[in-house]
Amino acid sequence: MANDTLFGVHAAALEVRSQRMGLLASNIANASTPGYKAKDIDFTQALNAVETATATGSTDDQAIQDATKYRVQLEPSMDGNTVDLSTEQTAFAENAVAYQTTLSFLNGRINQITRALKGE
Amino acid sequence: MADQPLTIFQVAGRAMSAQLIRMNTTASNLANAGGVASSEAAAYRTIKPVFQTEYDKATGLATVNVQKIVQAGQAPTKRYDPTNPQADKDGNVWENAVDETRELVDMMETARGYQNDVQVMNTAKSLVLDTLKLGQGS
Repeated sequence: MANDTLFGVHAAALEVRSQRMGLLASNIANASTPGYKAKDIDFTQALNAVETATATGSTDDQAIQDATKYRVQLEPSMDGNTVDLSTEQTAFAENAVAYQTTLSFLNGRINQITRALKGE
Repeated sequence: MADQPLTIFQVAGRAMSAQLIRMNTTASNLANAGGVASSEAAAYRTIKPVFQTEYDKATGLATVNVQKIVQAGQAPTKRYDPTNPQADKDGNVWENAVDETRELVDMMETARGYQNDVQVMNTAKSLVLDTLKLGQGS
């Protein structure tokens, strides 16, 4: 990823955003499962790890897995579930907007290159 | 299908199925609220699904399965009501063991969970479609 100068940081960002969307969806899906522990990806750490993943020889999946942490719960619940719905929903919405933003950056870059190639 | 890696659509879809099963049990419980039977064994008891997380090692995603459906809550209560046609030879009937308040609260929580899953699926769908259209617009 590090040598990928065409899309810069955005290729790695899209990958991390996509993984995080899946993880937050898992949290929301398990909102009423007893004993489920909510997880989230530390975005900054994951992005750095994915960007340097090729240099150190590890895979993107491994890099993202290392940046996945259990969520610190706000208040304990009787059934051991640590999902706080409002936290998860906010994180999911924020992540979706950020994903869309990354897509816009990528689209802009693609159009820029296309225009340069066509010489319009 | 079982050995394939989970997608975000399967995560939300199976959570929706689980919530629907929960809604069905709540509907059954509420339908039987207030009914009586001639013996303790014949009286209706509240049923509840048992949710269990299913982890997917390959992707790190987790979805929900309904492991089993169990009888939960209190035992049926005996009431002396000799005029009831359902009464046994001692004039007793057994009331179905359904806590209506608890069922209604459960129903609201189930509806909220289902709505959240639908929202997740819709958002994921539009983002995936946008990703497919990458570089096509002007």
